[in-house]
Amino acid sequence: MAKDIPDPIAPEKLIEEVLSAYPAKAAKKRAKHLGVAAPAPEGETEIVSKCDTVKSNIKSVPGVMTIRGCAYAGSKGVVWGPIKDMVHISHGPVGCGHYSWSQRRNYYTGTTGVDSFVTFQFTTDFQEKDIVFGGDKKLEKTIDEINTLFPLAKGISVQSECPIGLIGDDIEAVARKKKKDINKTIVPVRCEGFRGVSQSLGHHIANDCIRDWVFEAGESAHEPGPYDVNIIGDYNIGGDAWSSRILLEEIGLNVIASWSGDATLAEIENAPRARLNLIHCYRSMNYICRHMEEKHGVAWMEYNFFGPSQIAASLRAIAAKFDKSIQDKAEAVIAKYQPLVDAVLARYKPRLEGKSVMLYVGGLRPRHVVTAYHDLGMEIVGTGYEFAHGDDYKRTGEYIKEGTLIYDDVTGYELEKFIEQIRPDLVGSGIKEKYPVQKMGIPFRQMHSWDYSGPYHGYDGFAIFARDMDLAINNPVWGLFDAPWKKSA
Amino acid sequence: MSALRQIAFYGKGGIGKSTTSQNTLAALVELDQRILIVGCDPKADSTRLILNTKLQDTVLHLAAEAGSVEDLELEDVMKVGYKGIKCTEAGGPEPGVGCAGRGVITAINFLEENGAYDDVDYVSYDVLGDVVCGGFAMPIRENKAQEIYIVMSGEMMALYAANNIAKGILKYANSGGVRLGGLICNERKTDRELELAEALAARLGCKMIHFVPRDNIVQHAELRRETVIQYAPTSKQANEYRELARKIHENSGKGVIPTPITMEELEEMLMDFGIMQSEEDRLAAIAAAEA
Repeated sequence: MAKDIPDPIAPEKLIEEVLSAYPAKAAKKRAKHLGVAAPAPEGETEIVSKCDTVKSNIKSVPGVMTIRGCAYAGSKGVVWGPIKDMVHISHGPVGCGHYSWSQRRNYYTGTTGVDSFVTFQFTTDFQEKDIVFGGDKKLEKTIDEINTLFPLAKGISVQSECPIGLIGDDIEAVARKKKKDINKTIVPVRCEGFRGVSQSLGHHIANDCIRDWVFEAGESAHEPGPYDVNIIGDYNIGGDAWSSRILLEEIGLNVIASWSGDATLAEIENAPRARLNLIHCYRSMNYICRHMEEKHGVAWMEYNFFGPSQIAASLRAIAAKFDKSIQDKAEAVIAKYQPLVDAVLARYKPRLEGKSVMLYVGGLRPRHVVTAYHDLGMEIVGTGYEFAHGDDYKRTGEYIKEGTLIYDDVTGYELEKFIEQIRPDLVGSGIKEKYPVQKMGIPFRQMHSWDYSGPYHGYDGFAIFARDMDLAINNPVWGLFDAPWKKSA
Repeated sequence: MSALRQIAFYGKGGIGKSTTSQNTLAALVELDQRILIVGCDPKADSTRLILNTKLQDTVLHLAAEAGSVEDLELEDVMKVGYKGIKCTEAGGPEPGVGCAGRGVITAINFLEENGAYDDVDYVSYDVLGDVVCGGFAMPIRENKAQEIYIVMSGEMMALYAANNIAKGILKYANSGGVRLGGLICNERKTDRELELAEALAARLGCKMIHFVPRDNIVQHAELRRETVIQYAPTSKQANEYRELARKIHENSGKGVIPTPITMEELEEMLMDFGIMQSEEDRLAAIAAAEA
């Protein structure tokens, strides 16, 4: 492979170089989002640490290419969309729903079009007259039609696109009226895309709507048990929630709700009856967990099922919240999967050891997957989030090593420059980044969709994760990167 | 045929924009002008005196019934009234729902694209109260009205609205070609009304085009769904409107970029006229009255 690797560049110098391309004002703003993980300040724990000086969750600089999404993407695409037995209406003109159709690989069981609707696209398809005269009547009609055509749908959510907020439609009034009419849960979500700085506000709004329009209705008939837990913030991308759930069940816990991958409305309603909320994606669902803690007394904890080190640590931490029988089973489960872990490491670690990785993902994985790479002997040289907040960066310190390049809401230009200069052995990011990076001659894996593979959670997921990274990095195609006529003799 | 002249009437709600504009346009016909009225108010009352009817069907309501504006023909929405004046109404939603501003944009685009502006000398826009959003500013954007006429009176809020509209014109005057044609004072019989109107015009840097005296005959005509020109063509008030029409006609190309003033300056002006007390004096007066 004829890679023209420059001398290792100090990350500080790299940041300086990248910023020099901007006008002074933009450079000043962007400088606050770029940093290098430093030792934890004196007297602080490591968790409160290395990279919480990075500014985050503020407006992107106009003129740059940001990789962020919008509030509608956060609500419809992430939080509500995977709830399978509800119909989610993209309320407004057709484009938002159409172009976000099936973009996340939320796996589910059920009969699509009969009792499950995740891969369907419903929209009110606003026309000019709906903007001028308001769309509430059309929304009512849409809800009636859905109820007639799909009688097994348990409920309906209304995901507002921008125009709904602009023209001031009263979707809450429609929701209340139709709930009376058809006696099903109707959830109006004010997730207009222009609200907030990224998809992150959409998650928050979606969480609040669960609180106000599902919990408040109080429909649950679940009889609480001593080992009831919820999986929170696992969207079952490529089956992630399933490979997580089996581990929790094997250690003797009873998963009563999976939010929101492969979820049913009943699971959403039952969740406040659990003993413990287990949060995987903290960024998108911590809000509702804090509410359940305050209002329903459900404790919560974060866990990480990427890679054997974190899986074992998480299983032990979860088990510690329960009695000895659970703790014993956790040890048994960890021991049971050790041969699988050993086999995976024996096969892939020699092929991956020492390889460097740069990540740029959403609000969780830029830190959560780090240890999975470490388990394979790989190094994270740079990582960053699209829409993380300060508390995410604090948590990131737990995972990364000093000297790691950190980039928040990275711009297209910055990321490309960083990759070009660092030339890592692998980049993990999204579809928009995939092809430019591969054209630079650098292996790439999509870390939002698992590149149509997965699951990556749990022990089963780790085996697939290791295989996929090997497939990307050690693909013989990289040896053919240079044109034969340009090869020196 | 001379170049198409486009004018618009703005002003505070209830000031008499529709009445003034329809009377003026009826008088303008006598100057051999061919006129199209584009009503830009969801209330759709900009053409009833010309058509001698109740409210006409609006572009947007017919479009909503038919599906979209693409399903409409110009004949469906354009009626011909007094002495050949062509009348259209944009229409819009009932109060409190939807987006009336978007409706104005849709309707004007439809009329333009379908040839409503062909074979006329004047297009006159009658726009609701204030320039509340981009939609209601549509008539003052590039390639629409060249001159805006603000209908006002000596009432404080009418002066305030006139000044606000001037701000809207100023914004678009810099990016496009719109100008302030002048103020039309519709008499309310308030204190020192003519002087005040002239003073505001001076501050805005524009003309006080005409002072329309109050006359009950306007009411009589309106109750018969007629303009004064049609109802009492020889009356004194009809001549006032003829005078206004002549002045507007001769004002072509003489509009100005307005110099709107601040709220403080406006209040100072009223204080200078002795019809308003300073905040301090007034508070002292209230305190004295309550003591």
